[in-house]
This record gives sequence, C-alpha cells and structure tokens, in this order.
Amino acid sequence: MDDLYRDYILEHYRHPHNFGVLDAPTASYEGSNPLCGDRITMMLGISDGIVREVAFTGRGCAISQASASLLTDEIKGKTVEEVEGMTPDDLLELIGIEISPARLKCALLSLDTVAHALADEAAEKAEPDGSASAPSSTSA
Amino acid sequence: MADLATTGPTSQAAPARLDPYRLRGDFPILSTANRFGKPLVYLDSAATSLKPLAVIEAVDGYNREYSANIHRGIYEMAERATGAYEETRVKIARLINAPDPHEIVFVRNATEAINLVAYSWGRRNIGRGDTIVLTEMEHHANLVPWQLVVQEMDGDLEFVPITDDGILRLEVYEVLLHLRPKLIAFTHVSNMLGTVNPVREMTEMAHAAGALVLIDGAQAVPHMPVDVREIGADFYVFSGHKMLGPTGSGALWARRELLEAMPPFMAGGDMIREVHLRRSEWNEVPYKFEAGTPDIAAEIGMGAAADYLMNLGMEAVRVHEQDLARYALDVLPREVPGIELYGPAAELRGGVVSFNLPGIHPHDVAQILDRSGICVRAGHHCTMPLHERFDLAATARASFNVYTVPEEIDALAVGLREVTRIFDR
Repeated sequence: MDDLYRDYILEHYRHPHNFGVLDAPTASYEGSNPLCGDRITMMLGISDGIVREVAFTGRGCAISQASASLLTDEIKGKTVEEVEGMTPDDLLELIGIEISPARLKCALLSLDTVAHALADEAAEKAEPDGSASAPSSTSA
Repeated sequence: MADLATTGPTSQAAPARLDPYRLRGDFPILSTANRFGKPLVYLDSAATSLKPLAVIEAVDGYNREYSANIHRGIYEMAERATGAYEETRVKIARLINAPDPHEIVFVRNATEAINLVAYSWGRRNIGRGDTIVLTEMEHHANLVPWQLVVQEMDGDLEFVPITDDGILRLEVYEVLLHLRPKLIAFTHVSNMLGTVNPVREMTEMAHAAGALVLIDGAQAVPHMPVDVREIGADFYVFSGHKMLGPTGSGALWARRELLEAMPPFMAGGDMIREVHLRRSEWNEVPYKFEAGTPDIAAEIGMGAAADYLMNLGMEAVRVHEQDLARYALDVLPREVPGIELYGPAAELRGGVVSFNLPGIHPHDVAQILDRSGICVRAGHHCTMPLHERFDLAATARASFNVYTVPEEIDALAVGLREVTRIFDR
C-alpha cells in the first residue's frame, strides 16, 4: 500500500546502521528540524582526506533516521571531496522512495548535518591559531 | 464511510442539537477526494476550519458585485461595501456579546490582535520590573509578543503551571497574583490539550489583584458560547479562519476606554482624522487601529460565518463537539492499543485530542493517515514549551468542528491501527 514506508526503510529505522558514537571523531555536528523535533548527531573519523569511520545518534521520524542510516553506509570510505559533492538528489536517489515536499527536510537532515560537520572541521583547520594538524593541501 | 454527506442515523434531534450529517452538505470541500480517491476526513479544524457555502458566497459576492474600497467612496457600490463591512462588526459584537460594535477592531488573525495589544498597550503600560503572567499552555502567539515587550521594557514574565492532566494550577496562579502583575494573558481553550480554562474565575481573580486580562479565544469562539461581558475580560482576541470564516480575518475586542487610551499600532490611511505635514490627529476607535485597506472580503466572510454559527446556536455547537471529544476519548484507547492521549477528561475539554503511538513519530503517523484521506496535525502545534513540559518532541492532533461526525473518529481509529501494522510488520 505504501511507497514511503517500504520494508527496507522501516528496517533501517528499526535497526539503523552505524548508530552509536565514535570515541574520537575528527568532525561532528548536531542537526535538528525544530519544526518536527527530528535530531541527528553525525560523527566522522577522517584521515588523509578519507571518511574512515562514521556514526550517528538521534531521534525522529522514520524518514530522517532511515536516511541517516543509508547515508552513513554510503559515505564510509569515500573522500571528503566526494562527500562534499553529494547533492540532495544523490541522497534522495539513495533513499529510493518518493518524498513529499513536506517531508524533504526530514529526508535531507542527515546530509545537511554531515555538510555542517565537514564545514566546521574545515573552518577549524583554517584558523591560524587553531590546532591544525592536517597539511594545508586538504583545505578545499 | 463512502458518503458521509448524506448517510448517518436519521436524527430526531431536539431543537438544541445540531445535525452534523445534514450540515455537511453546506461544506463543498467535504464532497472532494484526495489523490488516492479517498473521501476527505478532515480532523484538523483547530489549525483552520472548512468554509461553508454561505461564507464562500459572501466573499464571492463582494468580489463580483461590489468590490469597492470602504470608508471612502461616495458612490453606491462603495456605500454597499462600507455597509457590509460595518455590518460584520455588528455581527461579531453579537457573537461575543460585546456591548458596542465600535469595540471590535478587525485584524488578520488572533496573532495580529495580540501583537496589536502588546505593541500599543504593552509598550505604554509595562515598565521596568513590571510582571506579565502567562500560562504554560500558551500558543506561541500569546507568548512571543510578550517576550518582546518585557525584553524591551525590562519587565518580567511568570507562568501558571499545569497538572499532568493539562489543567491550570490555580493555587499557583493565586500566588503569582501577589506579584501585582500588570497583565494576565491566557488561552480560553488550549489548542493542544483541549483544556477549557475557567476564564471567568481567573479574570475575577486578576481584577481583584489589579491586573488587566487578555484572553486568547482562537479555540473558543468557534466552538462554544462566548460572552465577554460575563467573563469580564479586558481584551479578547480570535481568528475568523478557525470559525468557518476566510483566512485573513480576525478580531480584537477591548473595552472602549482601553482602546481610546492606546496609541495607534500601525499608521496610514483611514486611521487618521486630520493629517498635516508634521503632525496628525487619530480617528476614533476602532478606525484608529485599522490603517490601510483591510481584507474587506475576508472580514465580510467572517460576518457570514458568525451568522452561520449563531444560526446553529453556540450551545448546540458546544454540545456536539464535547460529545465528539467524549467519543474519541472512549474509542481511541479501546481500538488503538498503546495509544497515549494527552489532556483532561471530556467534561473539561473542547473538540481537541492530541495523541502519540509509542515509538512512532507523529509525522509518520500523519503521513500514513493521509493515505486514507485522514488529515491530522503533527508537530508541536506552536506550543513548544507545552511539549517540553510533557517531555515530548511532537504529538499528533485530531480536532473537530460542527461538520465532524463520529464515523470520522472511527476512521481515525482504523487508520491508526494501520499505522501500527505497518510499523510492526
């Protein structure tokens, strides 16, 4: 009956992949949709410009949590540039269901949160007196 | 469920009861279907109500036959527009038993009415260290304008807490009144819990403590008899679009001497008596507060809505919607295992029932219900502090109106079982 609540979406909601925390993330960010109360914290472990580890915690609707589960699977092992280059359409294709306009924010919260985490990390590195440990060549 | 507009038990109702099955025919939208071919089951009337043909035709009639500006033209069509607009003021005054139609100020909605009082009365009367008392169950519209006032004027806000059943704790209210607040602002009926507050008692207590009272009647005027004289309030606000009227219509009622002492909220045409290059004199009330061309069609539509409601009888409306609340509070826990309901017993509430299904976000609930043509609200309903009070991120809400029938609550129960089935599979 339901395109939106396909079995694999509900499976990701009930048993999300990569759900948990990283001991020492190099980038993290808490994103939220204040209108619906969806909340996701993304943690990334990046070395040599590659997302080696990724984990998330959060609570919210099935769409937001399944989206985070699918996205974290997808970006693990990718380069930072590749992740930064992901568009909303890429994520929607990954989710694979038709999302109504009212639910787009739920579906895209995960990608938005990852983008913020990466931007924060980049900003920290760019700060001259920050504890920049990575070579300057990684700055985009 | 196939044709709610025409089926249902033949009622041999006493005159005081309304017949929702018959009056459903007055609402053209109820004969439409959604994209899945399901008939509309509209349970979101607390957000905005559906509009009867009488209101649609009143708006249409203005636009088709006499769409002139008001208070300006000398020609017949302009006089007709002014007449219809001012006649609405009389109807609205009758609806809430205001002593004088000139105490009715037309605004876009209850939010604008509260902002008008906050900016005009609040900035002049709230000073450093002055207290405004609100409650934990206020809609953001009756919270945020007062936050701005006390931030600017260096005043304070205090809040009447609620019980776990969603009832105001009047013993705490009494203590707060010892702070000698300047204003008490509270909702007549909670848009999330459905609680009907004891407005008359609270107003008497406030006056005894020397405070003025503003009542947010957005969820009361459409659903029950409201008598501002009996309540004794100083300011009373409501929206037209929740009482079967068009969006863009609403009203502020205030005692005349308060309105006369208040400075204008917005300035421009129609609100002045004399304008010189460096100074102006204000028009009399209520025109002092109605700068610029208003939403004439919408206000005239609100007048038609007031007629429609008064014709049904507000006591009959109240009985009907309380019956629906009682029915929902009885049926939903029985038919939907695990459902959590918020708010007081049916005796103390209007036609609003907020709920959650354990482990399922209300947005998912609402989305799946939509497949069955069932419209409910999901979110925080502009009451974030109230949701925090109950440690909830969001709730789903079913709300009723004159056209709501028990079969729609049955449909909701079936729809909620379907939600549970999808998430449990």
